[in-house]
Amino acid sequence: MSTDAVRMSQWPSEQPYVIPVAPGPDVATVTIDGKEVQVPRGELLIKVAQDHGTYIPRFCWHERMKPVGMCRMCLVEVEGMRGLQISCATPVTDGMVVHTQSPGVKAAQDGVLEFLLVNHPLDCPVCDRGGECPLQDQTLAFGPGESRFVEEKRHFEKPIPISETVLLDRERCIQCGRCTRFASEIAGDALIHFGGRGSGTEVMTYPDEPFSSYFAGNTVQICPVGALTASPYRFRARPWDLDSVETSCQQCAVGCRGALESTSNRLVRLLGVDLDPVNQGWLCDRGRYAYEWVHSDARVVTPRLAREGGLAEATWPQALDAAAEALRRARDEHGPDAIGVLGGARGTNEDAYAWARLAKGVLRTDNVDAQLDDGLPAEVVLGLPRASIDDLDRAAAIVIVGSDPKETLPVLYLRIRAAAEAGVPVVDVSTHDNGCTPFAACSLRHRPGEVATPVAALAEVLGGRTTGSDADRLAALVADRDGPVVVVLGRPSLAEPATAAVHAAALLAAVPAVRFLPALHRGNVHGALDLGLAPGLLPGRVTLDAGRAHVGAVWGGVPAARGLDARGILAAAADGRIRTLVLLGCDPLTDFPDRPLVERALAAVGTVVVVGAFADAAGGHADVVLPTTVWGEQDGSGTNLEGRVQRLARKVTPGGAAMEAWRIAGELAARLGVDFDLELTAEVQDEIARVAPAFAGVDAAVLRRARDGVVLPLVDHADEIAWGPAPLGAGVSWEPIPAGADAEPVPADAEAAATPTGPPAPPVALWEWRGPAEPAPTVPVDAYALRVVAARTLYGADRAVLESPSLAAFAPRDAVLLVSRTDRDRIGVADGDRVRVTSARATVELPVVADARIPQGVAFLPANRAGAGIGDLVDPDAAVTDLRVETLR
Amino acid sequence: MAQETPVVTRFMRERPDDSWQFESARAYNAAYTRLERAFAMGPEAIVEAVQQSGLRGKGGAGFGTGQKWSFLPKGVFPRYLCINGDEGEPATFKDHMLTERDPHQLVEGAIITAYAIQANHAFIYLRGEFALGADRLQQAIDDAYAHGFLGKDIGGSGFDLELVLHRGAGCYIAGDETGLLSSLEGERAMPRIKPPFPAAQGLYAAPTVVNNIETISTIPWIIANGAEWYAGMGVNRSTGTRIFSVSGHVERPGNYEVELGMTFRELIEGLAGGVRDGKRMKFFIPGGASSPWLLPEHLDSPLDMDYAGSELRTMLGSGAITVFDETTDPLLVSWRLAKFYAHESCGKCTPCREGSSWIEKVLYRMVNGQGRPEDLDLLLSFGSNIVPGLNAPFAQTTICALGPSTMSHVVSLDRWFRDEIVARLERDTARRTSLEIVTVSAGADA
Ligand SMILES: Cc1cc2nc3c(=O)[nH]c(=O)nc-3n(C[C@H](O)[C@H](O)[C@H](O)COP(=O)(O)O)c2cc1C
Ligand code: SF4
Ligand code: SF4
Ligand code: SF4
Ligand code: FES
Repeated sequence: MSTDAVRMSQWPSEQPYVIPVAPGPDVATVTIDGKEVQVPRGELLIKVAQDHGTYIPRFCWHERMKPVGMCRMCLVEVEGMRGLQISCATPVTDGMVVHTQSPGVKAAQDGVLEFLLVNHPLDCPVCDRGGECPLQDQTLAFGPGESRFVEEKRHFEKPIPISETVLLDRERCIQCGRCTRFASEIAGDALIHFGGRGSGTEVMTYPDEPFSSYFAGNTVQICPVGALTASPYRFRARPWDLDSVETSCQQCAVGCRGALESTSNRLVRLLGVDLDPVNQGWLCDRGRYAYEWVHSDARVVTPRLAREGGLAEATWPQALDAAAEALRRARDEHGPDAIGVLGGARGTNEDAYAWARLAKGVLRTDNVDAQLDDGLPAEVVLGLPRASIDDLDRAAAIVIVGSDPKETLPVLYLRIRAAAEAGVPVVDVSTHDNGCTPFAACSLRHRPGEVATPVAALAEVLGGRTTGSDADRLAALVADRDGPVVVVLGRPSLAEPATAAVHAAALLAAVPAVRFLPALHRGNVHGALDLGLAPGLLPGRVTLDAGRAHVGAVWGGVPAARGLDARGILAAAADGRIRTLVLLGCDPLTDFPDRPLVERALAAVGTVVVVGAFADAAGGHADVVLPTTVWGEQDGSGTNLEGRVQRLARKVTPGGAAMEAWRIAGELAARLGVDFDLELTAEVQDEIARVAPAFAGVDAAVLRRARDGVVLPLVDHADEIAWGPAPLGAGVSWEPIPAGADAEPVPADAEAAATPTGPPAPPVALWEWRGPAEPAPTVPVDAYALRVVAARTLYGADRAVLESPSLAAFAPRDAVLLVSRTDRDRIGVADGDRVRVTSARATVELPVVADARIPQGVAFLPANRAGAGIGDLVDPDAAVTDLRVETLR
Repeated sequence: MAQETPVVTRFMRERPDDSWQFESARAYNAAYTRLERAFAMGPEAIVEAVQQSGLRGKGGAGFGTGQKWSFLPKGVFPRYLCINGDEGEPATFKDHMLTERDPHQLVEGAIITAYAIQANHAFIYLRGEFALGADRLQQAIDDAYAHGFLGKDIGGSGFDLELVLHRGAGCYIAGDETGLLSSLEGERAMPRIKPPFPAAQGLYAAPTVVNNIETISTIPWIIANGAEWYAGMGVNRSTGTRIFSVSGHVERPGNYEVELGMTFRELIEGLAGGVRDGKRMKFFIPGGASSPWLLPEHLDSPLDMDYAGSELRTMLGSGAITVFDETTDPLLVSWRLAKFYAHESCGKCTPCREGSSWIEKVLYRMVNGQGRPEDLDLLLSFGSNIVPGLNAPFAQTTICALGPSTMSHVVSLDRWFRDEIVARLERDTARRTSLEIVTVSAGADA
């Protein structure tokens, strides 16, 4: 693709500047150091050279950011141009002759490095970057042997914390502006900037305003020196002692690619890997630092059994026998419906499949749900036409309904923001201002519970009609734009049923160009749903009835009828209809919004089998605890929100006796008389490819060899697959690390032999859903009450956060009620004051804080907080929840 | 006897007591009467006339003004005019005077220029320290608005212009055209990479012309008297007149507007009265602090921008001539200039950010008896990584021209005073037992 202009950064200006590209043929012939190459006209010289084997040194240029031309390290000679040119801001044109090693260039490189070292402290022995430092490496490769500077260097206090996790050493800074540009250009959190001038130029934060960006850790990764260090990693390891595998983050459903590193069997760092269709090198800080929880002391690593006086350690055979016995007894005495399985969205695809087979194929219960009433109905999620993340860039418009991607899917938020910067209009449909509001072309606001109202108007507009509402503004924005309309669809509030969101989905699904990215949050929730951990569904996006014959042929049978979802399971347990409840990597006490129901269910149910990493899941109610390995300890695969199946890798050996959840399912099945005959992860993957229709063709060999993973179903996406390991191998951390270092090469004859007739089509037609859907009832507004919206925030009292010391140190834990300033003043309290909050269900005390993003009449409750909250106040059957708020006086 | 040729300074001399006032400028200088003629000519004809006149920018680079205007991409609007009154080059004080003493001439020039380039928005970026100038210029702008020379439909021409006076916050680099644009946008005054040039993407990424105050002040007279009249003055490709700010050890420091082609001797010895107290001249800076120095032997050279570059390896720059007598220590002058550049480097690009303060530190040692014989060569060696080749016209590894300016005085030391300095460094070294590193921060005041 050739261009006529290259977008550039004229930092510190925020205006959209471009570097003009001289006209010429689309494919330009360029000579670099005597070697002639054909490249797209308009590509940057530094990139073209790199792609063709010539590394031009650089500090400020980063492939994922606009060129800025500050460090001057990349100077080269271009014949016919006066003086040296910065190759990072020089687009190639036909006939260009470039010299990257001429005496003039060498002198300039030498000079720039000598200048950079003038004020550099050279404290390499105590610097985290030492050993993987671009300044060290480039000085060695391109620089002078010694410095001629004999005066005193610049001094600063070092290091100073600029956020909860980032430390800044201004003496080491080489003022490349990568961090400041990342913050303003990529993250949109311009909280760091330069101050001072000349050699006194320093990176700084605003007074009293720390660099608390959800994405701050990326600046540490791309800083070319040790000026920015991350407290979780600081002094933990030396680069040469690190060992690394590629895997995907599972802290949310984006599935960002990362390089997971350990030393002495301890995870110490996760670096963003540049998976082009997903995270493009970036991570959010929660994902970056949540590896810490793997080593939490609170983990359970030996099986436990309830004995008198509480849980006691047991052997695996004892614990497995007890669990199998509880399952058998429930089934034999009360029928399959007396068993419920909750959870599974935090495991691997293999775990999800094996548990679906155990529950549905062996035990024949359909009371299985990976979501804990905090998402959207599985039939809707699996049945809507799916968009890819890359569709955001080519979309006619992006519509965000019922979610705040910045809080729940942070790197998806970065991709949305990038698309918006490139001109894609973003419509944010919400009850309140959120992360996407600052760059939204059009913001539509609605009352809690009524998301379908603006969406109905939007659907009209997208269908080419006018409505006389605010939504009409979209018409002009999308008028001449081709491409899909990508709808990021989530649950607007945990304080209301999913009814309104499902109605909204049906309205939008009727528009032909619309594709969905479901904004479910939990790491592998899509893998779990895809593999059948939901009522009414079997592995591979098919319903019980559609898949009965195909899946039943391998499993020996499937449940007769659709079972209960999470709410139904807990209600049945509370009524005594469910006798054995399995908690698969979940804790309904924190994961499920209706806490009183969970407490009743756990108290009433006969046996609680915890299959997970924490023994205290289910409070004190666990009868059997089967400890599982977790992310970082286990190989396998996971599926992200666009349906991309990616490899997950084991980096450290699990402590104690923890076992993969899929293996536990197999052990239990064996005790119930069914031999899964699955010994290796690859065998599970091959069975999935055979049994689950949406996974047709996605076997272990394909997963090992597809560099960027595979998007389901394979038939629709086979031509997008890049085979074999990354051509460039693993990179260094400060540059985009190419994805696929772990992919297996494809044997010369394998590809043709494996799929002689192209990728296999699903043997059973996949489930589709376009509605219809019930509208949610509208409830008249009570002028004296505040209507609740409850949603997750990135940091909160989530287990992975609480067990990661670096995150736990600053994550908010306590419940709080956010209201508009007007409402706070009307209540007559100051920020932080406790108030009495009364709903139809309960009265609790909560602190109240004014927040400019919340409109009048609305109260926002962060959902992931300890203490009194939605669990107490919200009646899940009510369409909306109104709160009376009074002072305690 | 050398004579001045006042064009832009004529009126302020004729009425020293009220030349800045609207009524006076109207009555005695026919202010704003050239607008009618300009509107009658039309934009293209004005650009053409300015090109014919040979007028070259008076801010420093000496680029053809009409040519610069003609670079604006066709049909791209809005466009902006930015008038550079930052005047930060040490010893330059001509725009200061033009602003304080004849603001209506400037406003009239701004209107004609904006009309010629079809800009409906113009900014005058004035150095923050010019308090009196800012007051008078603002008054002039207000008066022009009040009398319909600014705003909508100026003089019934259909042409609209908003003119905004913006005061800087005190840094030299805001005088660089792209630094000025960043500053106007509300950012730190940091220069930008070119291309894109301001003509294509300047202020707010729109086509923009940046011209110096003196350049713009000349425009009404080219309109009034014609391109031939202006082209008829001066010498070779240096047409017309220029204001030279003469300072230093001379009898009569001040601004002198002369026809180009006059010799340095006529200007310095004739008009400015020569070196004061009967002393002899040691050297002089011919075109502002950024220009390489000249010696008394060059005094008979003409004030010709191209000759200065090709024959004298310096430049007429901003037109600031500073004369130093025989008692001057050139090393001390060099250090003081180095300190200025180290303080004013914006810090955006490596060679200038780090190099400018390194130069200052080495010179400080040299001045203070801590020099080593090899120090001059050290400066030239690492300095050539800022200015490859070390020869005017300066090449640069930096983003803007401040980079090479940091070396022009060092190059001058080497050119004219090498033996003297090396001998002094050898003496210092012999006297000393060890090298004691002395530095001051470039930010501290000398
Ligand atoms: C470091 C630096 C400082 C400058 N300062 C000024 C200044 O104070 N005033 C000015 O008119 N031009 C200054 N210039 C020149 C401007 O960049 C620009 O060339 C000039 O304003 C164009 O106007 P002209 O063509 O009318 O001369 C400076 C250039 C540099 C590199
Ligand atoms: S802190 Fe690092 S990334 Fe930021 S400007 Fe300094 S060297 Fe560059
Ligand atoms: S966006 Fe999600 S997947 Fe990506 S790093 Fe953050 S938590 Fe992990
Ligand atoms: S040369 Fe100096 S003043 Fe100019 S951009 Fe670079 S650092 Fe700033
Ligand atoms: S990499 Fe080109 S100037 Fe920094």
